[in-house]
Amino acid sequence: MNELIKKLVEAYGPSGFEDGMRDLIRPEIEAYADEISVDALGNLIAAKNGDGSGLKVMIAAHMDEIGVMVTHITKEGFLRFTNIGGVMPHNLMGSRVQFANGTIGLINSDRIEDRSKIHPLNKFYIDVGASSPDDCPVGVGDAAGFVRPFLAQGSRLTAKTMDDRIGCVVAIEAMKRLQSTPHQVYFAFTVQEEVGVRGAMTAANHLDADVGIALDVTLTGDVPEARPMAISLGKGAAIKVKDSGMIAHAGLVRLMKQRADAANIPYQLEVLDGGSTDARSMQIANAGTAAGCISIPCRYVHSQSETVDANDVESCIQLLVEILQNPIEL
Amino acid sequence: MNELLKNLTEAVGVASNENEIRRLIRDLIVDHVDEWHIDAMGNLLALKKGTGASPLRVLVDAHMDEVGLMITDVDSNGTFKFEGVGGFNDRTLLGKVVQVGPEKIIGVIGARPVHLLKADQRNSVVKMDAMRIDIGAKNKDAANGKVKVGDYAAFVTEYEELGKTAVGKAFDNRAGCAALIELLRARPYPFDLYASFSVQEEVGLRGAQVAAYGVNPDAAFVLECTPAYDLPNEDDVSPNVALGKGPAIYVMDGVTIQDPRLVAHITRTAAANAIPFQIRQPGGGGTNTAVIQRTRGGIPAATIAVPGRHAHTPTMMIHLDDYANVVKLAEAALRGLTPQIIKRN
Repeated sequence: MNELIKKLVEAYGPSGFEDGMRDLIRPEIEAYADEISVDALGNLIAAKNGDGSGLKVMIAAHMDEIGVMVTHITKEGFLRFTNIGGVMPHNLMGSRVQFANGTIGLINSDRIEDRSKIHPLNKFYIDVGASSPDDCPVGVGDAAGFVRPFLAQGSRLTAKTMDDRIGCVVAIEAMKRLQSTPHQVYFAFTVQEEVGVRGAMTAANHLDADVGIALDVTLTGDVPEARPMAISLGKGAAIKVKDSGMIAHAGLVRLMKQRADAANIPYQLEVLDGGSTDARSMQIANAGTAAGCISIPCRYVHSQSETVDANDVESCIQLLVEILQNPIEL
Repeated sequence: MNELLKNLTEAVGVASNENEIRRLIRDLIVDHVDEWHIDAMGNLLALKKGTGASPLRVLVDAHMDEVGLMITDVDSNGTFKFEGVGGFNDRTLLGKVVQVGPEKIIGVIGARPVHLLKADQRNSVVKMDAMRIDIGAKNKDAANGKVKVGDYAAFVTEYEELGKTAVGKAFDNRAGCAALIELLRARPYPFDLYASFSVQEEVGLRGAQVAAYGVNPDAAFVLECTPAYDLPNEDDVSPNVALGKGPAIYVMDGVTIQDPRLVAHITRTAAANAIPFQIRQPGGGGTNTAVIQRTRGGIPAATIAVPGRHAHTPTMMIHLDDYANVVKLAEAALRGLTPQIIKRN
């Protein structure tokens, strides 16, 4: 599985520019889907047909990643930029980014007078080796994602985009393992989550499912001086109860716990103070969807060293398969 | 003198009170469209049938509302308190002339004269809630007879042309409306063209949301007037857009990433037709594209804008060449739009 993870987490795909991600994921799922389509916003949707006795279920994992977009090229050929999604200035110094055309840029900032303070985003710049706007290989409006190789150290897996390529991996693996299901299942690899759960919104409107389950990372409370949170790496799949954008469907939470208990899958209950997922979009789509989320615990979210535990990933896959291959009664 | 821009900008249509501007636009388009109707929110929707060569349904949106004020209370001395309808910087309001209510009663937003200001007041910004509109009434009763709480107020700015630039109120977004009217007056397109002159953009993109749902198009273009901030400022910082440098093409703003295929189509079209253009600096702001894009199962959408200085003040300025080029670019982009451009597989 690490080979698949490496392939997805190192790829380029800032929000709004997910074409490459779609091209990477499609061949991984073609053999396991009954039908594959791409909708107007670019969501990749794979259908797995049920036997007609179950519900219509939408699974959502987002393909996009946070990134930056060029706003200005200085006379000397340096690029000023803005954020795409939740980019934090304190994670930027010394980072590298990659543009769609392959150009690599180095991020640095204007001179630091006071080392105890962090510059705002508009004081950072990207150096692509240009010396003027004329010889600059990228332009205003071009988007870049971060560059950082995948790292596997024991069961700990680290990458720039565990959020949410690891969710995509969970979806892909579940598709592979799901032998049969009573449900009509749509695996949606969504776009533009990081800028406001936009892709899942239109996919959910279109699919009009009965049940929606997002697969996404969540924060942990197991690092020094962490904000208290009862989620730790390695302690199992996180079943979301609530985040700042959604209260999960109580019946769906109960079902997830039952399935996990029955199959001896370790799990933790997640209450997340900040942030939300595609489940929020699904919940309020059309006349409403019973929505929940299986979260992969992840340290250092929105840094370039987002870290998950392989055992948790496995638990998430197993839990999703258990849910999908059994009846869903809410 | 561009009579279309003059008539559209001088008409009144503060968000959710768009009757006057809607009637004016209807009269201007009625002979050039096959059908029109007004939906539940007040959007003016028109259909210009195509030649039948293309199966697409294409929406072009321009919001017809403008920022303005609403009367909230009357003081014992006969002056009126007010709130902003849409976004304002308070400091742009003092001393401006407004037209209030259906009778268009003229009033001024009063300011304490410089002679009477204390030293610290000269350097501070007066907040909107401390301002009053003075219609010259001698007391509360006299004032109440003419203006009521809930009445809208719009700015009074006569349209003028200064060489290649035009000055007036509400170019945001009557410039977009004018461009859309010109598109409707042109010969038929290969596809059915739906026009929405939408309401309540300035208070949260509300009209276009239901307009797009109702029309349910395959693709959409939004015509706008985007703030130009190109006067001298910091060293070596891009203007977000500049006057006179051509249509502003959006890539990403505060609430939308435009459809990259449509953006590429627009820039290709501009280059092929030798129309100057500028990429609007990515960053804040937002247009109706946000809500149109996320309607139903999703709609590919992009924005073309006329750069306008001094947006959301009583007096804006645009460059007439930019306006003409927006019309030219939008028309060429529409005529060149094929199903292949927005096809996914």
